[in-house]
Amino acid sequence: MSLEEPSTPELDTGETLEGVDYDALESLLGEYAIGRESHVNAEAFVVRPDEVQAALELLRDEAGFDHCSCVTAQEYEDRYESIYHLRKYDDPTQEVGVVVPTTKDDPVSESANEVYRTADWHEREAYDLVGIEYDDHPDLRRILLPETWQGHPLSLDYDQEQPQVVEFAEHANPLREDHAADAQSDTMFLNIGPHHPATHGVLHLKTTLDGETVADVESDIGYLHRCEEQICQNGTYRHQIMPYPDRWDYISAGILNEWAYARAAEDMADIDVPEYAQVIRTMSAEMCRIASHMLAVATFALDIYGDFTAIFMYAMRDREVMQNLLEDLTGQRLMFNYLRLGGVAWDLPEPREEFFEQTRDFLDELPGKLEEFHDMITSNEIFQLRCVNTGVLDPETAKSYGATGPVARGSGVDYDIRRDDPYGYYDELDWDVVTEDGCDNYSRVLVRMREVEESAKIIEQCVDLLEEWPEDERNIQSNVPRTLKPDADTEIYRSVEGAKGELGIYMRADGTDKPARFKIRSPCFSNLQTLPEMSQGEYIPDLIASLGSLDIVLGEVDR
Amino acid sequence: MSSDNTNTPQTTQEARMGEGVDSRFNSTLREAFGSSPFILTKFDKFMNWVRGSSMFMLQFGIACCSIEMMHTYGVKHDLDRFGAGVPRASPRQADVIIVPGTIVSKFAPRMKRVYDQMPEPKFVVGMGSCTISGGPFQEGYNVIKGAEEVIPVDIHVPGCPPRPEALVYGVAKLQERIANGESAPVTVSPYELEQFGDLDDDELVQHLADQIDEDELVMRYDWAESPSQ
Ligand code: SF4
Repeated sequence: MSLEEPSTPELDTGETLEGVDYDALESLLGEYAIGRESHVNAEAFVVRPDEVQAALELLRDEAGFDHCSCVTAQEYEDRYESIYHLRKYDDPTQEVGVVVPTTKDDPVSESANEVYRTADWHEREAYDLVGIEYDDHPDLRRILLPETWQGHPLSLDYDQEQPQVVEFAEHANPLREDHAADAQSDTMFLNIGPHHPATHGVLHLKTTLDGETVADVESDIGYLHRCEEQICQNGTYRHQIMPYPDRWDYISAGILNEWAYARAAEDMADIDVPEYAQVIRTMSAEMCRIASHMLAVATFALDIYGDFTAIFMYAMRDREVMQNLLEDLTGQRLMFNYLRLGGVAWDLPEPREEFFEQTRDFLDELPGKLEEFHDMITSNEIFQLRCVNTGVLDPETAKSYGATGPVARGSGVDYDIRRDDPYGYYDELDWDVVTEDGCDNYSRVLVRMREVEESAKIIEQCVDLLEEWPEDERNIQSNVPRTLKPDADTEIYRSVEGAKGELGIYMRADGTDKPARFKIRSPCFSNLQTLPEMSQGEYIPDLIASLGSLDIVLGEVDR
Repeated sequence: MSSDNTNTPQTTQEARMGEGVDSRFNSTLREAFGSSPFILTKFDKFMNWVRGSSMFMLQFGIACCSIEMMHTYGVKHDLDRFGAGVPRASPRQADVIIVPGTIVSKFAPRMKRVYDQMPEPKFVVGMGSCTISGGPFQEGYNVIKGAEEVIPVDIHVPGCPPRPEALVYGVAKLQERIANGESAPVTVSPYELEQFGDLDDDELVQHLADQIDEDELVMRYDWAESPSQ
């Protein structure tokens, strides 16, 4: 793939200097493409269910679409559909969709797992929630719901009233089998979670140990599957959806998530956002990023040092400051619900000077605080022993699993939606994308710590801008109709750089004021998938360190 | 208490404490007793007071509320000030479980298991709207409509999420109740009991009851019949 070296001037098939040439892609796909659709973000090609692999392989190898960012499954009145949203790590504005329709009575299509490893979990989810089956899938089981679940909840004829049965026996003692196993067995089964301090929530890791090394690890998720997609599908675009993004990635990353929805819905319904509001959004989003990364570092230190030590408390102290600022701005400490379609809920708090002053104070103190963190964490020998060269994730593997955010950037993949597919006010400001080439746990932590600095830079510039903003141009909200009804069959996939990586939303409108399909592409979902790659053959403490450095939040993994 | 030895500079308290015990062992509480080293109280009362004054919390996070719970444990809010802030990672060492978040069908049996592993007497603080009714996710196909469908809850702290101050208040209230020996008689009956519990104990019922294998108990989520629907 020529894409590996961005310096090479040669273009992929179907790539022009302006972007993607979809006609060229169509001829590349040849007879694989049996139709073509227009989505708001990109063109999409319809592919027969038994030719998925071949088509995707062509697009990956010849046209350079090396990032399968999301797989959306949905049911129509007359068919099922899986959509593979493909992009390029080098230039995420180059997108293409691959639509795979299947019939109602035989919803089977070929799995894309061979081409993109990330499709593994995405397809399991599609099977679980919508009911499409995938041929050649290595392990097609339910992923989010219990094995005993009846029906597929996002399919059209699902009856939500039917009782569901969860057997105790199934959850009773997962170790029993292992205890009963052959005493001669060389391996040991270790069950981590779903209630365990190192899993950062309710994650369940089924680990097979060979001595002290991890022979195999399988993540069992779904302990926090709160039906976010269903709930968004039941809410109206204008107001009812916005409170929920706060609860996907709940580690204070609320505004970043809200922006993902705001961006998708605004692009879908063609809503402008006043510049002033964009600056406020940019500033508050970066505040969230700082708070979120602080907690990531805190809990990582908690995993490494094993107790509520000074680092945790220091991070809590700094987060409190951030949360106070955000509370002044939005009215809530955690669930901000601050963005609105077409702007933000309200202007900066009065007196403005006080808010600016407090923000500046925080920014002034930040370098000193980060210095403390570096003293205690990154320059600590014990910490380095635990983190340097453990949990190695090489860039190719990271890409194939669709890893994004600090996890990808810690593996040297230079991918940041804020810069590559700019939104908000980011492209007007002066900041850098942080990457580290170590590919290990240490790099991922370092990336987060350095990103805090970059975010601080962004906030500082935003504060400067806001301070100077002429009083009569402080327009926080554009005109948006009371009820928003995007045209039927508008489809869009849009993403923003959330705290953990590429947070994307796919929406399909059906002409009503509620989305017909709302799909969340969660960065943690894809990032968590890389865990076995990072920890197989490593010691078990390194597994814990790797898990910590992935910085997953289960609300976003399970949605 | 009258002092019987007014000539020596030694106080009665010091005299009673005897030689070799230095003042480091003196506590405010000890001082409050005055010269008498004895207190007269009911044992139960004393135990309740002890229980309420030193509670070990289970380190247990589920969803968004657990972030605010961490802040409650952390600096600034510092739940430990009230003698209730040592998070224990093992349920077997914990007295109180704060349920901080949304409970879904896959997690409910696990949570019950964790609860069952805690030694008696154990207390439950439900944190956030999710543990009251399912909160913002009440309409979800997979969401248990409140923690009380799974385990009994002593104190509910409403909010989404409750502020740390609210959680501190809830925990302090719980401590107060424990110290006063009040406990909420909440029971959660498994599905079988709910179905057969109020039948007359005739032969047929006995026969059915015998068939219930305690290890094979089933959790059944009857979304339509859920109390908070
Ligand atoms: S009550 Fe609100 S903040 Fe708490 S877990 Fe539920 S949704 Fe999250």
